Formats: sequence, structure tokens, C-alpha cells
Amino acid sequence: MTAQEIFEKLRTEAGDAVIECVVQPSYDPFIRIAPQAVFDICHSLRDDELLAFDYLMSLSATDLGDDLGVVYHLYSTKWKHKLVVKTQVPKDNPVVPSVERIWRSADWHEREAFDLLGVRFDGHHNLIRILLPYDWEGHPLRKDYRTPETYHGMKV
Amino acid sequence: MSEKKKIDIEYSQLDSERMRINVGPQHPSTHGVLRLEVEVDGEIVTDVVPHLGYLHRSFEKHCEYMTYPQIIPYIDRMDYISAMNNEWPYVMALEKMLDVKVPEKVEYLRVIVAELNRIANHQIAVATFGLDAGAFTPFLFYFRDREYIIWILEKLSGARLLYNYFRVGGVAGDVYPTFKEECHDVIAKVRKTNAEVMNLLIHNNIFIKRTAGVGILTPDVAINYGCSGPVLRGSGMAHDLRRDEPYSIYDRFDFDIPVGKGEVGVVGDCWNRNMVRMHEMEQSCRIIEQALEQMPMEGDVTAAIPKRIKLPKGEIYSRAENPKGELGFYIVSNGTDKPERLKARGPSFVNLSVIPEISKGYMFADLILILGSIDIVLGEVDR
Repeated sequence: MTAQEIFEKLRTEAGDAVIECVVQPSYDPFIRIAPQAVFDICHSLRDDELLAFDYLMSLSATDLGDDLGVVYHLYSTKWKHKLVVKTQVPKDNPVVPSVERIWRSADWHEREAFDLLGVRFDGHHNLIRILLPYDWEGHPLRKDYRTPETYHGMKV
Repeated sequence: MSEKKKIDIEYSQLDSERMRINVGPQHPSTHGVLRLEVEVDGEIVTDVVPHLGYLHRSFEKHCEYMTYPQIIPYIDRMDYISAMNNEWPYVMALEKMLDVKVPEKVEYLRVIVAELNRIANHQIAVATFGLDAGAFTPFLFYFRDREYIIWILEKLSGARLLYNYFRVGGVAGDVYPTFKEECHDVIAKVRKTNAEVMNLLIHNNIFIKRTAGVGILTPDVAINYGCSGPVLRGSGMAHDLRRDEPYSIYDRFDFDIPVGKGEVGVVGDCWNRNMVRMHEMEQSCRIIEQALEQMPMEGDVTAAIPKRIKLPKGEIYSRAENPKGELGFYIVSNGTDKPERLKARGPSFVNLSVIPEISKGYMFADLILILGSIDIVLGEVDR
């Protein structure tokens, strides 16, 4: 199924939580959804017979200026089709429902997104830093990040 | 042997306090600086918590400050054992965004070097896995043979391990006169050693006793955890991007996708994961032979490289089949010569996350084997 077909299918099921389907040159076609509906939509993306997105290729977070974006790259081993799902949340309260219970691979990806960009995944069983030290301050991939001068008395 | 070992000790009779111990971060059997916090009940593993980040070099942050061609050497340093394969999805993403047509000769050359590198990677994987199980000789055989592959790649690119060979629309160096003969020689050597190792290690009774039925990963769990490469194929799933989503010129070659069949042990155990790598080496040899035969010898490999690389505003997720699994790059471009955001989805990172799931209930010594059978490189896990 193409992104447009999936968008129409989701639209009839989830309504306004599925915001738009963007198909434009030099972009992989993507679907934008509301952050509060992420868990339910992802659940139906995985469990629907015709969609069967059982494989989460990648989960990335990006800094969009005032917002933080979360991007899900999905793949179906059954139908061999792909989908990009995007959502965005304001920087002052970046809470997105966790999809860890849908795809276990999201566990570490979400921890990484939390670690590097500070997206908080609601419902994640163990949302702690993964790549940086556990007591590191700040989220380095944010555009306004300033590298600290020292870490435990050591020069950074 | 085939069933998961059950923990049925009379607890009332024993002092059953569980112990938490650290494996690593500085230990040969963790294949790098990985720390596993292991909870054991006597000899039996009851929980594993991996702690990563000892090799974190802020790769993604660095990329935001570098131009696109400058990033390529950094990508080599992610999975430093198969650097050629690493560069491929990245340059493929840029080529797709810039709409660059890659010359025929370059495509063949890329296939050959990538498959040679795949063999070298699997040689290390099988060799160190054998080492984990206590078999030292295959390790020496494979390290000797791997050197011949490295010599070829060194003659092409100038470097032994970190090649910086792929360019957008081309490769850095042309073939040298004796390239084809040397490739054929290497293939012959690889096949000879593989036959030897099959007898010496793979079908060795002690090795089978150690690895068969250990660390069983079922296909459903593997998919849900996002596993890819030999780890997924060892569980019986014939998922290979070279076949499922043919990039470059892989649709021109005749090769099989080896999957774990469970001739020994159970599908999805350590032995089968390892066996997939043995078969994949043979398939890579077949691909190289066909590519050598079809490759045009004329043509300039640097002709199509653009002078200045400036991506249009957009996003792309590009992936390729690395020796360890699916390596993906998610690139967000803001229209300049530097990426806005670059995320690397490393197969080692994702494959490693399955460790707590498949190692519970096995002996402590088996945990080392399970880790070895997943074949991780910490440079890629920690980035």
C-alpha cells in the first residue's frame, strides 16, 4: 500500500488524529499524526491485516526549532511496504506515548531519543540515558545545547 | 539439549541469594567496551542489563558540523570491521537525493569490495565466536586469510581497515591490473579454509554441545526486537535487503539467502546463527565471481563525482544489508552542504538489545557465547 492509501484508511479509523499525508519530491512520503494518538495508531498499524507493520526500522527524534519531532520508519515483512510516520511536540513539554510495548526495538531507540534530544516517552518502562553517562546534564542534539565546561572536575 | 534449561533446583535447600556481577567493560569476551550487569543464581543467568556508551563519540552531533563528504571517514569508524559496507547506504542516500547516475563499473566495484568485506567480517565473527567457545585454531586460520582480503582492499583504497573509499557517484580508486586474479585467488583460499573450519569447528562435537540449543531466538521475537542480518536469518526468516529490496545491481546476481535450518540444535540458536555466516561467505564468493565476470574494465570511476555536494531540502531514510544486519541512515537536509540531522541505525545496536531476552535461564558461560553469536561491534553500538 502507498502512503496515501494508508493515510485514507487510517483517516476513516482514527479521524482527525491523522493530520496529513505529505508526498513531495526529495521526501519519503510521510503521514503526520497527533502526538496523543501515537500509541493507538501504531497499534493498528501493526495489527491490521492489510498493513502489518511488524518491523520498526528506526525511531529518530529531531530538533525542529520550537518543537521536537519524532519519526518512525516502519516496514512490513509480510507485504514488504514501508511507511514513515511523524509527530511533533512542543519543546517545553515533549511528551510522546511510548511504542515500546508494540515494537520492543523501540525500547533502546526511545532511550536514545530521550538521551540525546530529551523527548519523554510516556509509558516506557525504563526511560534512562543510554549512550551518555547516567548523570550527564542536557540533551546534546538540541540545537541550543551548550557543552559543559567540566564533567566531574574533568575538562570536556 | 534442545530445550531451554529449566531452573528447577530445590531452593529451600540452598542459600538462594542472587548475585549481581559485572562482565566488562574491559574484557575480551565482551568484544569491546561493553558492560553487562548480570544477575546470577548460582551458575544460571536470571537477568542481564547491558550498559553502553563507553565508546560514545557523539557521531551524530559531529555530523551536523561537517559537510557531506567529510562524514564518510566517520562512518568507517562506526563498524570498523566492515567499513566498506557502512559507507554504502550513506552514499546511496546522497546519490538518491542528488539524482546522480552511478557508472556501471563503479556499481560492480562496489559490489565486489562490499562482498569481500562481508567475507572478512564473517571470518572475524566465526573466528571470535570459536574463540569464545574455546577453539583457538580457526581463529588463526581466519585471521591469516582475512589478511589477503585486506591486502586487496588496501591496494584499492590505500587503507587496511578504514577505507574512505566510496564517493558520491563513484569510488576513490580504480582497479589495478592484477585485481581480478587476486580476487579469484582469495575466493579459492576462503573456500578452502571454510571447508577446513567446517570439519574442525562447526561439526566438532564439543562445539555443537556448547552452542546447539543455546540462546534460542524465535522469529517473532526477532522481528519484534528489530533484529536483522544473520541474527534474524538464523531464526529462519529469509529477510535480506539484497533480495527483498534490491539496491544497486544485486538483482543481476544469482545467490541464495541462507537461513537457519536446524540441522543441528534448534532453529534460532547460536549454532544456527553461526552457520548462516558460514553459508553467507560462500554466497558472497558466488556474487564476487559473477561480478568479476560481468564487470566492464573500461571507464573512469571518478567521473560522476559532483564537484560540490549540496542537498536539496528534504529527508531520506536509506538502508542496506550490512554483514551484521540492516544499516540505515536517516538524513534530514536543510538545503545546505551540511546535514540538519543525521541518525544512524546500526544493526549492532538493535541486535544487542535482544540479549536480555535470549540469555535468561542459560548458564553463565553460555551468555558469553550468546553475545558472541550476535556479532556486535561496539563502535557502532555506541557511535
